[in-house]
Amino acid sequence: MQPRDILHPRPEGLYCPPGDFFIDPVRPVDRALITHGHSDHARAGHGHVLATRQTLDIMALRYGEHFAGATQEAGYGKEITVNGVRVSFHPAGHVLGSAQIAVEHGGTRIVASGDYKRAADPTCADFELVPCDVFITEATFGLPVFRHPDAADEIARLLKSADQFPERAHLVGAYALGKAQRVIRLIRDAGYSEPLYIHGALAKLCEYYQAQGIDLGRLEPATVDTGTKGDFAGAIVVGTPSAFADRWARRFPDPVTAFASGWMRIRQRVKQRGVELPLIVSDHSDWDELIETIAATGASEVWVTHGREEALVRWCEMQGIKARPLHLVGYEDEAE
Amino acid sequence: MKRFAELLDRLLLTPSRNAKLKLMIDHFRETPDPDRGLALAAITGNLSFASVKPALLRALIAERMDEVLFAYSYDYVGDLAETISLVWPEGGEANDDDISLSYAVDRLHAASRSDAPAVLAGLLDRLEPASRFAIIKLVTGGLRVGVSARLAKQALADFGGVDVHDIEEVWHGLEPPYEELFAWLDGNAAKPEPGRLALFRPVMLSNPVQDGDLARLDPQDYTAEWKWDGIRVQAVCEGDLRKLYSRTGDDISGAFPDLVEAMDFHGALDGELLVGRPPERTGSFSDLQQRLNRKTVAAKTIRDFPAFMRCYDILSDGSEDMRTFPLSERRTRLEAFVARLDPHRFDLSPLVPFDDLQHLDRLRTEPPHPVIEGIMLKRLDSPYVPGRPKGPWFKWKRDPHTIDAVLMYAQRGHGKRSSFYSDYTFGVWREDELVPVGKAYFGFTDEELRQIDKFVRDNTIDRFGPVRSVRAEPNHGLVLEVAFEGLNRSTRHKSGVAMRFPRISRLRWDKPPAEADRLDTLAAMLD
Repeated sequence: MQPRDILHPRPEGLYCPPGDFFIDPVRPVDRALITHGHSDHARAGHGHVLATRQTLDIMALRYGEHFAGATQEAGYGKEITVNGVRVSFHPAGHVLGSAQIAVEHGGTRIVASGDYKRAADPTCADFELVPCDVFITEATFGLPVFRHPDAADEIARLLKSADQFPERAHLVGAYALGKAQRVIRLIRDAGYSEPLYIHGALAKLCEYYQAQGIDLGRLEPATVDTGTKGDFAGAIVVGTPSAFADRWARRFPDPVTAFASGWMRIRQRVKQRGVELPLIVSDHSDWDELIETIAATGASEVWVTHGREEALVRWCEMQGIKARPLHLVGYEDEAE
Repeated sequence: MKRFAELLDRLLLTPSRNAKLKLMIDHFRETPDPDRGLALAAITGNLSFASVKPALLRALIAERMDEVLFAYSYDYVGDLAETISLVWPEGGEANDDDISLSYAVDRLHAASRSDAPAVLAGLLDRLEPASRFAIIKLVTGGLRVGVSARLAKQALADFGGVDVHDIEEVWHGLEPPYEELFAWLDGNAAKPEPGRLALFRPVMLSNPVQDGDLARLDPQDYTAEWKWDGIRVQAVCEGDLRKLYSRTGDDISGAFPDLVEAMDFHGALDGELLVGRPPERTGSFSDLQQRLNRKTVAAKTIRDFPAFMRCYDILSDGSEDMRTFPLSERRTRLEAFVARLDPHRFDLSPLVPFDDLQHLDRLRTEPPHPVIEGIMLKRLDSPYVPGRPKGPWFKWKRDPHTIDAVLMYAQRGHGKRSSFYSDYTFGVWREDELVPVGKAYFGFTDEELRQIDKFVRDNTIDRFGPVRSVRAEPNHGLVLEVAFEGLNRSTRHKSGVAMRFPRISRLRWDKPPAEADRLDTLAAMLD
């Protein structure tokens, strides 16, 4: 049996014919296996969803209790059989609950890694390396120019700026699931104990993270409509990037706009977005992590999904690893 | 090095002037000599190396990575220095010890042409991406900081608690890494003596006439001159040195060799740089632009647009400092002084006789030459004082031109304005289409900004990143009254014209876009 008979792309997403299921389908299907809770991977309306407890919880928070016909929890490392195909979920290090999905059939193991990173993240389980025959990797930052610095250094720059400009509010744009909580946790790890102010769109997810035992410290809503601008002088406010381009942001005194994203590595992107304080903090693998991981899985074949596939395919060819782009549609660049 | 790279990045991305000052002041405070002085030199463009060409950089990276992967990377990033700073392989030597800016500068200065590539590569091996970027930009001469030399001097003044004129006065006698200067600003040494000749003298500036100013002054105490729309310059000759300075003390001699050649005097003159051939011909501002912002200038440009200086003050006559003398006496000396110079390169800014203020007002609004932008009023008994003292000198400008234009695109602002669409591109009609003629981002009140922002959000038809295209149709759109100082021909703009100093003067909610001005109207206003 060829690997492509076990998994191949269809318009709905990555499909497994013998198991009759999709991984991260972008349209409603009967049976879906979901790697993590980001909305381009986890959509509402499937007949049956298999995912980690935390991913199921996050989907329920976002879409309501009845986001799928039926749900089934997959514990990390536990083997489950779906229509005779063995599948197992393993930590991907991307966001809370994120998983790589190993699919094994006829002696061939394919790992669909979803989005993943190797750098340490106090808000989710560390990436687990799963040896396999075919490794399906993302390529969001699949160019040699993307090399994420130590996130702690980036947070140090934010705190230094907050110290330098105590009369201004620092607005940190961060994707609502994962990035925001990680940034908050990193700020705490840097020793900052003042309350942090959060946009309403983050409240439920932050609460959920706290309930899962990830201490985010004291969080206050940044959405009060009363009071004067001076109230937020010196404050650090975390919100979704789009919120800061909106009228909502006007309540803050002379704001410093920061944005926590891997894209902030590229100056042109920074300027385009009008960001004053770029923070290079990413929940995706950078180039070095991507190529290290590919090599470490021992895979003889690599399929590259969403992002900049061509450079990664080129690199694999140079290493004598068979590689091809999958051309899946419907997955977005991080927070764009 | 890391701190320096961080400072550069922050300065480039910070729109606010005060925040830039704060960033520089903190850097001067936190960074030891000589690194802070070298940072200052980098910011003010006074740090140069035997330049490294892009081809050399490409060769360095080609030795280190696959060409195809580099091509993908360069294609994505778009800037050679930035691409190389990011893809450079990590960890040649130990990366944990940050090297200092002075170490890097010393190594680069000591390098010969032949070992420069190896020295540069050795430095890049020991730096992180932001510092690599800074070094590459420094050695290729492409560093952009977004800080004027003037602002850097202001930061020094604030840092040391002295007046910016004191900084300007000593500035040209100093060299990187400016340890003498910092010792003085730290309070550990006396102010450096301007040891060199032909130094810049901080200039005296005027205040705009405001309500009530004229009523309070006695016209008998003042003399009037035309206000020339050229560039303010100071010509200084001492010993063998001939220097032409801009109003902020930048040495611009290199761009005006024709004028410098005629500077065969001993003294310091203040005046306006214009082009043309006095007395018969004074060129327009568009002509003058052919000579501006150039480091070197072609012989043909010099021939077609000869520079001359229209003098209005004398700061030293021979070695005698004239600045404490009253204007009336300086004027007498100036007239005698200029009479001895090449009349095609130096002439006098004539006095404008007037009967009373009404007369002056008429002269102001109907000036005899397009390169005149109003009237200067100077108090006859005033000494020459650096800065902008209130009272002795006034500028009374001709009213600006205005046109009615239609809002076409709006872009989100920065900092305080990051949630507002505050930068506006507007256009006028050519046949039945609108052509953009300019961009303005001030002139309106906060309340008007809120109104325009709402209009933009409610009438968006397309988005490109931070830019929105808004409805601009004959019967639906927003007409802006735009004031500006003058028009130039432009080959860069689709409309063929470029405005100088445009700003929004009024919102014409009452006016349908169909009644906005036409391009012909602007074409007729070209100088």
